[in-house]
Amino acid sequence: MSSLYVEVSPEPASDVPVRRVTITVNGEPRTADVEPRLLLAHLLRSGFGLTGTHTGCDTTNCGVCTVLFDGTPIKSCTMLAVQADGHEVLTVEGLAGASELHPIQEAFKDEHGLQCGFCTPGMMLTAKAFLEDNPDPTEDEVRWALSGNMCRCTGYQNIVKSVLAAAEMLRAKAGN
Amino acid sequence: MGLDEIKIGGLGASRRRVEDNRFIRGKGNYIDDIVLPGMLHMEILRSPLAHARIKSIDATKAWAIPGVRLVLTGETMASRNLAWMPTLSYDTQAVLATDKVRFQGQEVACVVADDPYIAKDACEAIVVDYEPLPVIINPQQALAPNAPLIRDDKENQRDNVVFDWVVGDKDGTDKAFAKADVVSKLELHYPRSHPSPMETCGSIADFDRSTSKLTVYMTTQAPHIIRAAVALVAELPEHMIRIVSPDLGGGFGNKVPVYPGYVASILASILLERPVKWIEDKTGNLISTGFARDIYLRGEMALRKDGKILGVRMHTDSDHGAFFSDAQPSKFKIGLMHSAFACYDIPAAHLTARGVYTNKAPGGVAYRCSFRVTEAMFFQERMVQAAADDLGMDQAEFRRINFVRDDDFPHRTPFGFLTDSGQYGKCLDVGLEAIGYQDFLRQKADAAKKGRLLGIGISTMTEPLGAGNSREYDILGIKMFDSAELRVHLTGKAILRTGAKTQGQGHETTWAQIVAHELGIPADDVTVEEGDTDTAPFGMGTYASRSTPVAGAAVAMVSRKIRAKARKLAAHLLEVSEEDIEWELGRFYVRSSPDRGVTIQDCAMAAYTNVPDGLEPGLENNAYYDPPNLTWPFACYIATVEVDPETGVWDVLNMVAVDDCGVRINPMIVEGQIMGGLTEAYAMASMQFITFDSEGNCVGSNYMDYLLPTAWETPGFELHEVVTPCPHHPIGAKGVGECATVGGPAAFVNAVMDALKGTGVRNIDMPLLPDRVYEAITQRHDVSGAPPVKMDDT
Ligand code: FES
Ligand code: FES
Repeated sequence: MSSLYVEVSPEPASDVPVRRVTITVNGEPRTADVEPRLLLAHLLRSGFGLTGTHTGCDTTNCGVCTVLFDGTPIKSCTMLAVQADGHEVLTVEGLAGASELHPIQEAFKDEHGLQCGFCTPGMMLTAKAFLEDNPDPTEDEVRWALSGNMCRCTGYQNIVKSVLAAAEMLRAKAGN
Repeated sequence: MGLDEIKIGGLGASRRRVEDNRFIRGKGNYIDDIVLPGMLHMEILRSPLAHARIKSIDATKAWAIPGVRLVLTGETMASRNLAWMPTLSYDTQAVLATDKVRFQGQEVACVVADDPYIAKDACEAIVVDYEPLPVIINPQQALAPNAPLIRDDKENQRDNVVFDWVVGDKDGTDKAFAKADVVSKLELHYPRSHPSPMETCGSIADFDRSTSKLTVYMTTQAPHIIRAAVALVAELPEHMIRIVSPDLGGGFGNKVPVYPGYVASILASILLERPVKWIEDKTGNLISTGFARDIYLRGEMALRKDGKILGVRMHTDSDHGAFFSDAQPSKFKIGLMHSAFACYDIPAAHLTARGVYTNKAPGGVAYRCSFRVTEAMFFQERMVQAAADDLGMDQAEFRRINFVRDDDFPHRTPFGFLTDSGQYGKCLDVGLEAIGYQDFLRQKADAAKKGRLLGIGISTMTEPLGAGNSREYDILGIKMFDSAELRVHLTGKAILRTGAKTQGQGHETTWAQIVAHELGIPADDVTVEEGDTDTAPFGMGTYASRSTPVAGAAVAMVSRKIRAKARKLAAHLLEVSEEDIEWELGRFYVRSSPDRGVTIQDCAMAAYTNVPDGLEPGLENNAYYDPPNLTWPFACYIATVEVDPETGVWDVLNMVAVDDCGVRINPMIVEGQIMGGLTEAYAMASMQFITFDSEGNCVGSNYMDYLLPTAWETPGFELHEVVTPCPHHPIGAKGVGECATVGGPAAFVNAVMDALKGTGVRNIDMPLLPDRVYEAITQRHDVSGAPPVKMDDT
């Protein structure tokens, strides 16, 4: 324990079970003691302070909580933190490099692929995993890939454009 | 010459958005991202029943759970005179229920605890004993003789009627109908819908006993109205209340009203003297907050054989749920419903409107809409198509001969609004050309021979945005002007604040463009801030597409005040008199020797370093803008569809949008708004509705039951523009955010109805779910009412 100070509740709820988990988040191992019922989304947000992962619907429908779990998009509102023990999670905060944005981030800005920005982190992470599988997709393929992520602002057209533009950038990069 | 306006990010530049820099990095600051030291968490216990007397509430078990700090019930609220609060429409609304619950999802108790999981556990431990009462779920039931009285808390309320409202010229309309060759009739239901931004509502109340200051971070589209409301409800002095609206994950009208959760979190923070956070879950949001639409409309149109419309009659029965809490301008009980038919030259019209209470969540908010214009325009465009069909006329031609002509402005609409500009015929032409109208009619005829059902639907409308001028528009008596404050720093950089509040519309980007246009200060040099009532000037917020027409105008006006002062500074620096100075973008120069000039940045520096005698130092100002009139954008939306007669499924083949929203500040953002709006229009036409069973259970309390389109279902859109500058707006803009949501639905529905022409089916109420379309095709009858509860169930 390296903390200088940890507050301890005077009346600990003794029967609350706690489990220790270690999750590699954005490349860095993070360890926490969690209640088994804690959702991964809440650990990322409240525990690790990574508030770029949002929560919206609580029912696995909207996708604003999407993160990459060992490279695959999952809805972190429907996974328990304990299930992520020993796994790798990538959140929006891990998308950009030290000095430059990820091409998907550039493309979303360039093509006006976001308005309120609430769905954006989830959209971008879904798009990242998708483009790794399918670097040269058609518009229909993009639409299908994004169908687990809802957006209420943009009408999707510019999101689709963003993903296609990002695909082109990524292909150009890979060609170099 | 001056600067290149596009290069400095001025008017017309598709400038990339400033706010995106944080959103794409996951660094937005939404309500749930805010953490204050010592913060507690609040959860709400809601009623499972739609109408019931509360016999008792036992919270003993909840109090006993470790980590629970406070349980609030109606009784606690009542002891502080906070069990009821005034709404923005001169009604009252329960904060926490005391006597009875009046809709499913109504707030019954709140728990404040160390973390949200504990608070949720404790809510479940509260035992409420209810005695069920008969439930009313639609206007027909509410108006039936001997219907149970929902608002028995109100002293003079004898029935379930909220208002009866009349507008128009009855005699003139009667005469028009007496002269008619043909009378066309239509009756329809605009189903209940929820704006449903991706982010729900929430607040963090932080009362500081040592300073007596209450700070509330809150998901609100109108922070200053909230401050006023809190001052009135909580009886706190207004200068001790600070409302901060952080980044909003969408609003669409859902974040205008004052919700019980906000008020309860405030009281909890005052009692506990700790910050209290309340984040609504999605079900709470969908079943209890700001519904929209839910209105029965019927009307008739008096027609001459040659296609001229002589008069219109309309009646509406709107369902407001248990409390009339949507914000409408005080004078207009059914919002701007009477803007219907504004783009047509119609001599006489008459509208009666009745609002009723039911055992449903409070509804009627302006969902991406200027106060009921969505319902008005939908009825208008469905009626127009029905009339054209009854006359056997081409639907485009019928519109064209009834349009107000370009040289007829200003024009008095049938219900008394004054429209001031537009090129309606031109917009229609652009739309017909883009969709390939004549070609499509041929394709349709060919397809029909093979048993395929193709259809084309048109929707054309002008709608009133930018509420509104202080003669007519107020909410709770507060006039609906807006404001901007601009401070230019000594190096020529600036900060701008307005009384509006962006929720994705991109104000941080576009307001700076207006400053760039007026002052030649590059947009990148202007910071824009909104949403903090301690720093922003008083304004009525962002909804009803009013930001650009009102706050945007204030931005232009305050920039002009700054320019006027800068001119004095320029004269001083150039040692000539003010009259000898000319302005070009970014620079003042001497008229007789244009090479001698100073930049706006030179003037800013002088304002702090070299001020002439008699001139006040500094370069800042503010402007309150009271618009002389509403703005009247025009839109033409055309959709083509194919309906599968075997299944009732319909696909959009093409969708063309022609928007004339006046001068476009940032074309990229304008187009983004239109595409977003069209998607919500498609959603309403095709799948999005919230309904109730006969017990008042809300069907649509989550995204499995409440269907919003994803990228897969949403069709592609083709956008076109026509520009008719607004004659009274300082930069000629009209506003655009809601136009496509308002005008779009009728295009889709008209298209499906056109495909079914000849089957005897006159109307299918939204949403046009495949089973409803299939029923209409196979049974050859209209399908009306809110599914699955049909009107004849009453
Ligand atoms: S919050 Fe996880 S899918 Fe909606
Ligand atoms: S940008 Fe607002 S929900 Fe997608």
